[in-house]
Amino acid sequence: MADRKLRVATTSLAGCFGCHMSFLDIDERLLDLLELVEFDRSPITDIKHCGPCDLGLVEGGVCNAENVHVLREFRKNCKILVALGACAVNGGLPAQRNHLDLRDILAAVYETEGGLARGARIPNDPELPLPLNQVHPIHEVVKIDYFLPGCPPSADAIWKFLTDLIAGRTPHLGHGLIHYD
Amino acid sequence: MTDNTLPTCLIDGEEVPFTPGQTLIQAATAAGKYIPHLCWHPDFAAHGSCKICTVKADGRFGAACTIEARAGMTVENRTTELDDKRRTLLQLLFVEGNHFCPSCEKSGNCLLQATAYEVGMMSPHFDHFYPDRPVDASHPDVLLDFNRCIMCELCVRASRDVDGKNIFALSGRGIKSHLIVNSESGRIKDTDFSAGDRAAEVCPVGVILKKRVGFAVPIGGRKYDVSPVSAQVGAQAPTREEA
Ligand code: SF4
Ligand code: SF4
Repeated sequence: MADRKLRVATTSLAGCFGCHMSFLDIDERLLDLLELVEFDRSPITDIKHCGPCDLGLVEGGVCNAENVHVLREFRKNCKILVALGACAVNGGLPAQRNHLDLRDILAAVYETEGGLARGARIPNDPELPLPLNQVHPIHEVVKIDYFLPGCPPSADAIWKFLTDLIAGRTPHLGHGLIHYD
Repeated sequence: MTDNTLPTCLIDGEEVPFTPGQTLIQAATAAGKYIPHLCWHPDFAAHGSCKICTVKADGRFGAACTIEARAGMTVENRTTELDDKRRTLLQLLFVEGNHFCPSCEKSGNCLLQATAYEVGMMSPHFDHFYPDRPVDASHPDVLLDFNRCIMCELCVRASRDVDGKNIFALSGRGIKSHLIVNSESGRIKDTDFSAGDRAAEVCPVGVILKKRVGFAVPIGGRKYDVSPVSAQVGAQAPTREEA
């Protein structure tokens, strides 16, 4: 194996962090993994921008402009980019809004839903990233090298995938580990 | 056990006996050999539309559900070349509909999903259509979620040929093809469809779903959690209890 540790970045776009939680679920195997890799940008390190990396793991699809910027930053910096989990792979549950009109959704949530404060408005702060009309899986925006489906992929699937990849093998999951749910 | 009096063909190098008149998929299934398929079902006339069962018989591509087995025929089935093509067909089916498995009651019992696992489909590859296909929940006992329809016409065949009710049909052409319900309103509640119909249990994916039984079996215990579809030859069609 390489004489230096592989540099790995991870992020969650339009995801729920479930895939990251499942990643942490590899439990004590994290210690074995840390012998082989070090983390760049990731919720684990709190580094805010991605530097040059060997591997990028992206959870979630893209639902807003910021997601697209982060995804492009990952693609620019990571030699191998992986779609981690159902939402990154096909948009997942957030994409179930795709047949609805965005203005109607925002109006329903922020203006007409029962129980809202009087005069409630759709948030429009310049700091908020603009939502996209539809949620898209990340391979529709940048080139993706590997896909690891699952909602979330199980810790065992993530472990198998990473150990295959780190050992230089094409990741192979097989029955029980490959899951779309 | 091979009946020595029967003629045989070779599927992936293995001798498979057949009764004259049997199609390749019928002979293979009887011999416990898996040929991937979606629109074929042992109880119904072959439909030949999904093309997932495409094999190479004596060097020519063809649907195993429509090719008659012949003595000495050499058939390629689970080759890399054919499974690659099957994967592409499956990917097209996934992006043409809305397949969000985590929220689908059929997940774990779904033939489309299990077949995609079998051929190692890791991504949908193509751009998604995200079509708008409203759900018909009008019937008291059954729900129709058209988002997942793969237009295999199994429900059409079951309702017409077994139930004698003719409730379902395909309408439109090409990318506009879709399943319709035979009532003036187009709604399932205005037909004589019942949860006991054969058509109510034949859908290989999560379109025709019985109400109040969803997610009854936990993850880990569902049909294809237990073993892959290739290890359940002859039992692919979910039974009423499993569906
Ligand atoms: S029908 Fe099958 S493939 Fe489609 S969403 Fe349901 S489980 Fe997934
Ligand atoms: S509803 Fe189910 S059985 Fe009927 S055509 Fe669609 S996928 Fe096939």
